[in-house]
This record gives sequence, C-alpha cells and structure tokens, in this order.
Amino acid sequence: MFLLASPTTSHSIPTKTLIQDLSLSFSLSPHYSSLRPKSLDFKKKMKQLSTKVTSNGHGQDSSYFLGWEEYEKNPYDEIKNPNGMIQMGLAENQLCFDLIESWLAKNPDAASLKRNGQSIFRELALFQDYHGMPEFKKAMAEFMEEIRGNRVTFDPKKIVLAAGSTSANETLMFCLAEPGDAFLLPTPYYPGFDRDLKWRTGAEIVPIHCSSSNGFQITESALQQAYQQAQKLDLKVKGVLVTNPSNPLGTALTRRELNLLVDFITSKNIHLISDEIYSGTMFGFEQFISVMDVLKDKKLENTDVSKRVHVVYSLSKDLGLPGFRVGAIYSNDEMIVSAATKMSSFGLVSSQTQYLLSALLSDKKFTSQYLEENQKRLKSRQKRLVSGLESAGITCLRSNAGLFCWVDMRHLLDTNTFEAELDLWKKIVYNVKLNISPGSSCHCTEPGWFRVCFANMSEDTLDLALKRLKTFVESTDCGRMISRSSHERLKSLRKKTVSNWVFRVSWSDRVPDER
Amino acid sequence: MGSLKKNGGAILSRIATNDHHGENSEYFDGWKSYDKDPFHHSRNPCGIIQMGLAENQLCLELIEGWIKDNPKASICTPEGVGQFGDIAIFQDYHGLKEFRQAIAHFMGKARGGRVTFDPERIVMSGGATGANETIMFCLADPGDVFLVPSPYYAAFDRDLRWRTGVEIIPVHCYSSNSFKLTVEAVEWAYKKAQESNKKVKGLILTNPSNPLGTMLDKDTLKNLVRFVTRKNIHLVVDEIYAGTVFAGENFVSVAEVVNNVDSYEVNVDLIHIVYSLSKDMGLPGFRVGIIYSYNDLVVSCARKMSSFGLVSSQTQLMLASMLSDDRFVEIFLTENSRRLKIRHEDYTSGLKKAGITCLTSNAGLFVWMDLRHLLRDRNSFESEIELWHIIIDKVKLNVSPGSSFHCTEPGWFRACFANMDDDTLHAALRRIQAFVSKNHKIVENSSDSDQIVQSNNVKKQKWKQSNLRLSFRRLYEDGLSSPGIMSPRSPLLRT
Repeated sequence: MFLLASPTTSHSIPTKTLIQDLSLSFSLSPHYSSLRPKSLDFKKKMKQLSTKVTSNGHGQDSSYFLGWEEYEKNPYDEIKNPNGMIQMGLAENQLCFDLIESWLAKNPDAASLKRNGQSIFRELALFQDYHGMPEFKKAMAEFMEEIRGNRVTFDPKKIVLAAGSTSANETLMFCLAEPGDAFLLPTPYYPGFDRDLKWRTGAEIVPIHCSSSNGFQITESALQQAYQQAQKLDLKVKGVLVTNPSNPLGTALTRRELNLLVDFITSKNIHLISDEIYSGTMFGFEQFISVMDVLKDKKLENTDVSKRVHVVYSLSKDLGLPGFRVGAIYSNDEMIVSAATKMSSFGLVSSQTQYLLSALLSDKKFTSQYLEENQKRLKSRQKRLVSGLESAGITCLRSNAGLFCWVDMRHLLDTNTFEAELDLWKKIVYNVKLNISPGSSCHCTEPGWFRVCFANMSEDTLDLALKRLKTFVESTDCGRMISRSSHERLKSLRKKTVSNWVFRVSWSDRVPDER
Repeated sequence: MGSLKKNGGAILSRIATNDHHGENSEYFDGWKSYDKDPFHHSRNPCGIIQMGLAENQLCLELIEGWIKDNPKASICTPEGVGQFGDIAIFQDYHGLKEFRQAIAHFMGKARGGRVTFDPERIVMSGGATGANETIMFCLADPGDVFLVPSPYYAAFDRDLRWRTGVEIIPVHCYSSNSFKLTVEAVEWAYKKAQESNKKVKGLILTNPSNPLGTMLDKDTLKNLVRFVTRKNIHLVVDEIYAGTVFAGENFVSVAEVVNNVDSYEVNVDLIHIVYSLSKDMGLPGFRVGIIYSYNDLVVSCARKMSSFGLVSSQTQLMLASMLSDDRFVEIFLTENSRRLKIRHEDYTSGLKKAGITCLTSNAGLFVWMDLRHLLRDRNSFESEIELWHIIIDKVKLNVSPGSSFHCTEPGWFRACFANMDDDTLHAALRRIQAFVSKNHKIVENSSDSDQIVQSNNVKKQKWKQSNLRLSFRRLYEDGLSSPGIMSPRSPLLRT
C-alpha cells in the first residue's frame, strides 16, 4: 500500500545514491543510521514499528534539510561567530516584526487577554471548539480578501483552521486521496511536500515538468504528459496542487496558467489545490491573481468545478509568524469542510494565538499599512539580492513574490549534471559558508538552479553573504571567465528584460521568454 | 465504511466520507439538547446542566493570577515583547528547550517526584488527541490491532483509528471486580485476536482511567509491563489525568514501573507515555499534547510527525516559564487535588442521598455512576438509552451513558463534576434529589441518613430503588422521544 520508492524523481541520480554520496561528506547523525549496515538487533527494532518509521517518507534525508543541519552546527552571528554559516535556506519573513510589536504596544487589551477591559483568560483556556473562534475566522477571511484586492470574497464558514499549512495540506490529502492515489505538482516544488502530502497519507506525487526555456511556466503539454505518466504508473490522479506564488520560483502564476489549470481539472474531473501561502508577499507591479479570481472571471462560482478548487493559506510567510502555527483550508465543498474540520482536532490553533491574531487582523488600519510596508521592504530586499548576485555574474529568474530568488548557477557547474550541482552545493555550504537550497531538492529537472532566501536576515548579513559569494565565484576558473564576460552578458540580459517587460505589458496573454 | 460520496463527479476519500470520526452517533443527542438549552444561573436557570464535559475549571484563577504576576512570560506585554520576533519565527519541531525542560519537570512533580523525565524524549503534539494519533502512526500499520480496556474514552475510536487505519479490540472489564483491568483479561483478548489472524501491535490504556476515575495498582502495572515484553508488543499509557489524583494511594506512573522492574523483564523500547495539560491544568484551549517514549526511533519519528501539530511557540514560552516556577507548581498541584477532592465528596455524598452509588474512585474529573437499578431492563442497552433521555429531558442533566464508552454492562453513566461552579453542582444535585423523591413520594430526611444503622439504610435504599424503577417505568411507558437537533459544536473534543 505504501510506495517506499518515490516514482517522482525523473533526473539522473536516484535519491538513494544522492544520500549515500552526501553521507561520505558529512558526519552521520543518528538519523542516518539507516545507511549503515543493519545489525540484527536494529532490524528487529525496526520490525516492531510501523512502516512510516522505517521508510524515508519524512523526506528528511534530502539535501534541503541536510543543509539546515550543517547550519545548526555552525550558525553565523555578527559578533559571536562572524565566520559561521549564513542561513539562506530558510524562507522566513523577518522584515516587519517592528510593525507588529508597535501594534502590540498600542493594543494592551489583546496583549493581556482582555476584551473590553474584562479578562477572558478562562474562556480562552477552555476554548477547544474545532470550528475555531468565529471572530478569528472572520478576520482571516477579510485579510485574505484584502490581499486579493477585495475582488473576491471568502466565507468564514468555509474556512477550516489547521496547525500551519503543513497540517492543512496533509489534511486535504486525507480528504481527497486514497493511499496510492496521485496528485500532479509542477516542478520545482517545495521539498516539504514530499512529507506533507505523501508520508502518512500514502498519496503519491507525479511531477509536471517545467523548464527554464519558458521561465518554468506550466504548459498544457506538460500537464497532459504528467497525467499520462501517472496512468502509465497505474496511479489514479485525484488532482493538481500548485503553490501560487511559487516556492521556490518566487513568481506568481500568470492568468494564462491559472486558466489552463482550471480548464484541465474541469476536463479531467479532478481537484485543484492552490497553496497561496505567499499571496501577501507579492511585491512586483503586477497584482496577485488567485485561483478564486479566475473562478469568478470564468463565471464558475457555485458550480461543481468551484467545489473542486481549494485554497490553502497560512500566516507563516505573509505575517512572518511560523511559530504560531496558523494554517487554513478554504473549500467550497461542504463535505470537505466538514471532514477537514473534524480532522483539525489533530492540530487545532492555540486559543491564545487565535485571540491575539483576531484582534490584530481585525484592525484594518493595521492590515493595510502592514501589507503595503511588507511589500515595499520585500521588494527592496529582493533588489538588493538580485543586484548583488549580478555583480558576481549570477542571474536569477525574474521574480515578483516570495521570500527567495531562483538563482541560475548553471554556468558554475563543471558538467551539466546533478552530481556537479551537488559538488557546487557542497562548496557553497562548506567553503563559502552559505546554506542555500539546491534545485534537485526541489525536484527541478535541470541541474544548476538554487533557491536563495533574502528575508530572514539583516541587510548587513545579506551584504556579507553576497560578498562571500562574489569572492568565491571570482576565485574559480569559471568565475574568472565570467567576470570578464559578465559585463557583456548582463548588458544583453538587461536589454532582453526591458524588451520582455514591454512585451508583457502590450501582450498580457502571451507567454514571454522569461519571467 | 460509508459509500464513496461524489463531489460533482470527483470522488472524495473514504476517510472523508465514512463515519469513523464517530460524530454521527446518537450519543450526541445530549450535547445537542444542551446546546439548545444551556443552563445559566440567571439567564436560564431551568436549562440543561452540562455534566458530560471532562474539563477542570477549578484552578483557573491560580493560573490567571500567575500570568498577571509574570508579564514577561507573554510575548505581547511591554515586558515580554522583546522576545516577540524570536518566538514568532520559532518553528523547530524539537520545541523550545526551556519548554521541554519545564514539561519534563512538571511531569515529574505531578508524579510526586517519584520519577524524572528526560527533556530529550519530550515530543510535542496537537493535544493528547494529536499525540494518540501520532503514536499509532509510529507503532502500527493499517489493519494492525491495538487492545484497549473497556470502558474507554469515546474519542479513541476516532483518534486511534480514523486516519491511521488501525483497529481497536476492547479488553472487557466488569463491575463484578470493580472494572479492574487484569492481565488475564488482556491475555485472553490477545489470544482471541491472534486466533482471528489479527496482528496485535500493542495495548493502549488511560491511567487514571476515563471514564472510571480509578488507577491501576503497581502490581498490575508491573505485570502488564512484563506481559507486553514477553509478547513483544507495545504499551501506550495515556496519563492525561495523572495530576488529578485527589485521594488514596499515590499515582503510579508506568515510568516508575520501568525504573522498578528488573531490566530483563522490561523492554523499554515498547513503553510510551501520552500526556497533556488539558486536564491537570485545565488548559485544553492551548493544545499542549506530549508523547514521551523510551524508544529512540519512536521519539525521532514522532518528532518529525509533530510538524503536523506543533504547540504554538507563544504558548510554549508562557508554559516554559510557568511550569519551571517550582513554587507555583507546588501550590497548584496541591490546591488542584484539594479542590477536586472536595468537589468529588460533595457530589458523591449528594448522590448517595438520592440512593445513587458510584464506583469508588480517587482521580479524574468525573464519577462512574451506577444507575442499573433504574433501568427498565437491566440487560438492555435500549433501556440505558431510554433512561438517558429521561435524565436529559426530565432531570435536565447531560451525563454520558456507559455504552458510549463501550461498557459491556448497561446502566453505568459518567457524570463530570469539575466543569462547573459549586452552585451549579448543587443545583444539579438538587434536581437529582428532587426528581428521585418526587417520583416515589418519599421525602428523605437528609440529616437522618448519617445516623441510620447500616442494615436499615440498605433496606431503605433497596425500597427506594424499586420504587424508582416503577416510577421510571411509567415514564418509559409515557414514551419519550429524543430531541435530535443538530449541534454546531463537536462534543468529542470535550469528552
């Protein structure tokens, strides 16, 4: 019933080899004892437990998490450890805490668990209703509407709270898929999906291959190919799951792509999950287009199709509050809302957190100021990263959202292989002391792409990271060649980018060369 | 399993459409009635009193007082806001070190300091609900079996089985020996399961017991540990009520037994504890569940799974501070036991006056009432349900019928006593007493009951009981229909 070997990897190196290779370079932690020859006693111990313990379904042997482990051993600190590793593999938003802190200072009631001057501690201590606090869900619904320019409405009764989007995504899988059923996901995708969607549910992921040739956009043929691949593997496709804006690309789906997706799920009679966790991080000049916008524009509201479209949201990225574990499922299907609500018992949001955030998000003056300032700061930070990379001769996929850039380091690879990508990654982790995420951990089909985060550190730290990277690039043979020709390359790139911008503005439905 | 429901053609999963969540059961009629007509001293004094809710509301003002006195424990107050950023981003599934240390410390204190817990083995979960489900995911595959002594907490059917696919087989306990769990009964259930070709992965039990309010004695617990070791199956002990022991012997945690049996008799890799702050501290809203396992692989796996239900970092910080305040913890635990004891005595003596006895208990937030003498037919669960509807509609109390806990004998009911104030408890008792006396026209002089010689008292009880049964029969014959109104809230969370 549970497939231990994932059929999703399509690139040259099977995952096991990757892990073994990594194990040669890193000292093994107890997690990786599965790689050592198994003693009889150990095998006996494993047999006592479920297959979930013994499989790698948690996905933590991935380089995505291994990089984090290395960071933990030697974390950068401006004063205490200035030569330590800088964490650039963590998609966190640390840019706007001051705004929340000053709100707290001005709102003592919320801070001290009071409502209209009366203590509500008792009420909060006892509140465990899985429907969630009505005022909190109302505030969440309105915040989600505000992020979408109030073009669409969200009904608080259709919101199901969950312990982060990690839990929300897993719960949706439990509701929509049987063990062995498949969901199609565009690559590259968030590495945590391997755990969240598959591990305990038994569901499978089949990739929709996206390539750099068109800026990793989803195409009709890629969708059809993925669907057929699933059928070849004898997997029943239950739906498509996208992250919009995308992690790790940092780009919002275009209207064309969204229309394509909605048409596709309509024709195949399957579900569409749109994880819009980064919807409030859109900083480009374009507006964020939600799948809900598209349903409205296509006049599909209150139809069967709309019942198969579900949105996942969280406050972990937009508000930078991953510690508070606030996730949500939004569905037009009553049965899903009902089942997911019951399942939320396994991961409810702490009542004191619900209360604090309902007060915060109900303050419309705060939310509009916050969203605007958040976007401003993200944009400026992204620009800083992009120009810093450019000066090292490195380009990125043009992004307009998210807390990271999708960086093109193909020119720094010895060979166009994932082995070379891994080699480069090890150098960057160990020599340059930057933890960035290699594209293979995101299931990218082309070697050489890396996700680099920019919103989880101070400006000074970012500058230092860029300095280190530039030094590294210039020290390699490749780098020396590049710095000579980078000027030329970047000149032509800028020309291209400008013309693309002009292109897009005049032909909004066409596919530009780059995003 | 229910039929696969279609959604505009696209089928939902079996899990989403079956009723293994257990909420379609008729047992929630009581909740529905309560929600429609909830008691309130001034606003609705004739409403239904909620006695089906195992909540501990007796010591909340102590916690509230501590929070007021310790503003630095909150990330929202001026004193504590300096920690806001660090706490807001903290999502490490190991949990805050101070939190794990404080929880381990508190768990030790709640067990009288007779055992210590290693903070490195503390794993978070979304309440005990999340903990129980997660431990099942770690120990069993779909189709595997866990044995559970009955009567047991109703929501185990959901928590242990729904999404995991694990099967539960009850180990029946009987009133003839005060519902005590025996190793023989477990052996028998184990053997029967094996004979039907079922793969038993372990035994899970709540100690102190919900709904019984009783504790396992040390010898039985030792023998259970030896049994599971011999059979190489797991033992999960849900100790969620460990801190609610208010009388009698000290609570013996399985942790204590692990330390006290010979090492060849216990394979610690098989021993796991589930804990929570929802009952001992009365904080179900904060969703603090804990898995504590002696098995390294289980700790590691459960920790990864805790991503699906981490404790809010805001809550972790507050509790880390509160639970490491030794002075507060000592006062709290002592006061908690004291108030529970008083409440328990108050309630059981009031019931006695109405001729109702309970299983002798010294823990938990409820009593296990013996209402068998009031059943129309002592062998019928239909009678139990009929009686239950009378209690809801006529006496206007929501109590929980034994069949909802999979009890094999009709006539037992669980009534909670810690989720209300004194006045409400007395109102409930008055209603019971009034109802009982009205229905057989005997006015009991409560001051006499203490002085009456025991044999006379017993005779009176029996006569009272037979008269009660007659009067109940009349009520049965009058025909009562159940309210059957849908409740918007889930009762399962509160049991």
